[in-house]
Amino acid sequence: MSTLFYLNFFYLCKSILIYFTILFFHYILNKNIKGVCFMDISKIDLWKQGFKDGIPICLGYFAVSVTFGLQCGIGGLSIFQATLLSFTNLTSAGQFGGLELIIAQASYAEMAFTQLILNLRYLLMSTSLSQKLDSQASIVQRMIVSHGITDEIFGVSMLTKGKLSPYYSYGVMSCAIPGWVFGTFVGIAIGNVLPLNILNALSMAIYGMFLAVIIPPAKKNKVILLVVVLSMILSGLFEILPILNQISSGFKIIIVTLIIASLAAYFFPVKEDDYGA
Amino acid sequence: MEHNIYIYILVMALITYLIRALPLTLIHREINNQFFRSFLFYIPYVTLAAMVFPAILFSTGNVISATVGFVIAIILSYREKSLTTVAIAACIGVYITSLFIH
Repeated sequence: MSTLFYLNFFYLCKSILIYFTILFFHYILNKNIKGVCFMDISKIDLWKQGFKDGIPICLGYFAVSVTFGLQCGIGGLSIFQATLLSFTNLTSAGQFGGLELIIAQASYAEMAFTQLILNLRYLLMSTSLSQKLDSQASIVQRMIVSHGITDEIFGVSMLTKGKLSPYYSYGVMSCAIPGWVFGTFVGIAIGNVLPLNILNALSMAIYGMFLAVIIPPAKKNKVILLVVVLSMILSGLFEILPILNQISSGFKIIIVTLIIASLAAYFFPVKEDDYGA
Repeated sequence: MEHNIYIYILVMALITYLIRALPLTLIHREINNQFFRSFLFYIPYVTLAAMVFPAILFSTGNVISATVGFVIAIILSYREKSLTTVAIAACIGVYITSLFIH
């Protein structure tokens, strides 16, 4: 390992440290100034709960981002550039797509447009989250929570009981984001020494977690069960039907979401008290 | 002209962040339209289900080990085990299966 390697590692540690410092001070400031009350459960407990729910996300991210780091290395990015990319973007499809464009030396406009298409689903998620997030959350809290809107973090956040506290989101983020960033770092630095079947097994973590998130509510609510099954079938059709299987996975998610969620909303409108339950 | 990697990263990060932050920071009020509220309510279930299947089958590089993980995850989440338990058990299932296949 060269000096450059240690230098990059130093930068990585520094950025993670700064990140936690910001989260920490934000926590302290809010505690003293605003004193937002979340009833019976304290902020640190919410943070801990979030951190715990973030563990499977962290494992899954690690496995995926090691692959991303490896690809970055093949594509000629430096260790610092790859980890910076993962830290600032935090999105699998967008980053893999973006990496291809970087290697192809595409125009910046093309990059912007591709990112818009690949990540447009976050617009839906963010809108959905705006109704779930505690309405007392400040603009700064909203801006921090926004960075953590990924498929996985969104999934666990939406299915917590009652309103979502930003501290829960911080908890999930402070566990999941280092998994993603550190995985990229490991991938580009030493990825080729990790055994393949361990990486393969770890990529199951994210899906196992998704199922743990959607199955219990589907067990209790027949409409949700129907929605889940239909979404899987439609998504499966996108894999096997000609033409449809040319569509990128990010866009597929948007199409399936628009179709199934609209139909469900039309035929099974949700009563007020069900929302966020 | 040679493109700068840092500008690429900046463009990617900026676009992705704006998509994430705009609705969450701008929409403060509750949306009252019942259709739209219901639509938003169903989004996570649809999105997560569509992301799981069929992608889960190809996630481990082997359909058999992936199916084992899939079944373990369904059974344990049906029994309402925690996220971490389900995820780790599914991973272990995949790993053990992969030892027999290769």
